[in-house]
Amino acid sequence: MEFVSPEGLRLDGRRPMEMRQIRAEIGVVAKADGSAMFEMGNTKVIAAVYGPKEVQNRSQQLNANALVRCEYTMANFSTRRSDEKTKGRSTEISLVIRQTMEECILTNLMPRSQIDIFVQVLQADGGTRSACINAATLALADAGIPMRDLVTSCSAGYLNSTPLLDLNYIEDTCNRRLQGSCRLHREILLENTKQLEYRRGT
Amino acid sequence: MRGLQLSLNQTQKVRLQRALEKLESLSSKANSNASVIVADSIPVNHEDGLLKGHGTTEFNGEVVATVCGVVERVNKLVYVRSLRARYKPEVGDIIVGRVIEVAPKRWRVEINYSHDAVLMLSSMNLPDGIQRRRTALDELNMRSIFEENDVICAEVRGFQHDGLHLQARSQKYGKLGRGQMLTVPPYLVKRRKQHFHNLEQYGIDLILGCNGFIWVGEHVEVTDDMVVDQVNNSEQQSAKSDVKFFSPGEQERSYTPQETRESICRTANAIRVLSTLGFNITVEVIMETVDLSSSLKQQVPIHEMLGSEFCVLVAEKEAARRSLTKKKG
Repeated sequence: MEFVSPEGLRLDGRRPMEMRQIRAEIGVVAKADGSAMFEMGNTKVIAAVYGPKEVQNRSQQLNANALVRCEYTMANFSTRRSDEKTKGRSTEISLVIRQTMEECILTNLMPRSQIDIFVQVLQADGGTRSACINAATLALADAGIPMRDLVTSCSAGYLNSTPLLDLNYIEDTCNRRLQGSCRLHREILLENTKQLEYRRGT
Repeated sequence: MRGLQLSLNQTQKVRLQRALEKLESLSSKANSNASVIVADSIPVNHEDGLLKGHGTTEFNGEVVATVCGVVERVNKLVYVRSLRARYKPEVGDIIVGRVIEVAPKRWRVEINYSHDAVLMLSSMNLPDGIQRRRTALDELNMRSIFEENDVICAEVRGFQHDGLHLQARSQKYGKLGRGQMLTVPPYLVKRRKQHFHNLEQYGIDLILGCNGFIWVGEHVEVTDDMVVDQVNNSEQQSAKSDVKFFSPGEQERSYTPQETRESICRTANAIRVLSTLGFNITVEVIMETVDLSSSLKQQVPIHEMLGSEFCVLVAEKEAARRSLTKKKG
């Protein structure tokens, strides 16, 4: 399958180094302490932050830091294809987002408290993980939680010897089918996250 | 103001826009360039010493903001006042909260802070008004004072090793009944001298809790301990424990009249409108809004106060009010 046409355009008409249109909105969940909606092209996610609040499960309470929890879910209607291994993927992405945000939040300022981050994918078109990280960052900033930095994320991949920025679903899945580049894709994502953070900080 | 979700028609949209623009033009320009977002570096002069306050951190020798907000400088201290955050208690704040747990010798109270507050049995006046040691019997009778889900009013006493402590050492504090509790963003309630208000013409009480919980309820006559005590002594000893808290007979007798209920709802809706528009909530502004709603040609019905038309009206009124005070000052 041809992912980049001879004219240098991708399937959805972008150049290889072009991102999809992004749109963000804060304050979408009225009762939450902070919330945000983030769109990258057709990918649309919503994030809500509750906290810092009293730890629900006393045995998990940390005496020097805040406990950060994250729950990532995909709405049933977010994608047409039924994904059979969704559950494992959800837990994995929850973990990735939690670790990223935990690093970023100054948890030592809020000892013995808990911060809950909920992210849900409303529409999936590739790059849900990046969109979720971006939405979670915005929601945390909206909630007034002290952070080291704003983490931003964007996926990138290497297909048919062309590097592509911000993969959509078709490019993403084909990438996964080519066993070799699957790994590459993920590493780039994580590295990219750090890189952006680094650049922003200095 | 965050994402106002109202269905406005074209004229209302234009009017609201104009009112908001006016408000914006009236706001002080002094601090307009001091707003920062997370990870913005704050320009400081390192030569003449510097104290980093809340919302700042040091990164590569630069002072960096950790929350979104406005930079404030007090002498050497540099801190960021965050735009939106949970309530941060200060000693002496008057707060409204909800009891969530009755624990040994204490109640746990939800006050919109990152931890639950603690109200000790020993730091509140007993219903009989006598200063004495709290006995085991008092401890067993704690549920007769406050139960779970009761709304109470108290004062912040301070931080102790096990968290934030409250006290309710006066008759004006205690259980609140017959009214509504509203939740507004805590930054809309400013600390002032007076947080208890009695709106006499409507016969209602208004408590503006610093934590963003606001109580609107029927007016309760605050009775002096000692006086009540003496009256009670002459009557009956056993009724003593229910002086402040309604006994069943009393409850029937003091039925809230419909007018009072309506003014409670009207005031509550006025506060709701102000909080959706993001205006500071003070008793004067609330009263003005209530008056506005009832003084119009055709009185705005209570249930329509949350509609878009009244919202726009309030915004216009506030813009006019602020421009007036600006001219005076």
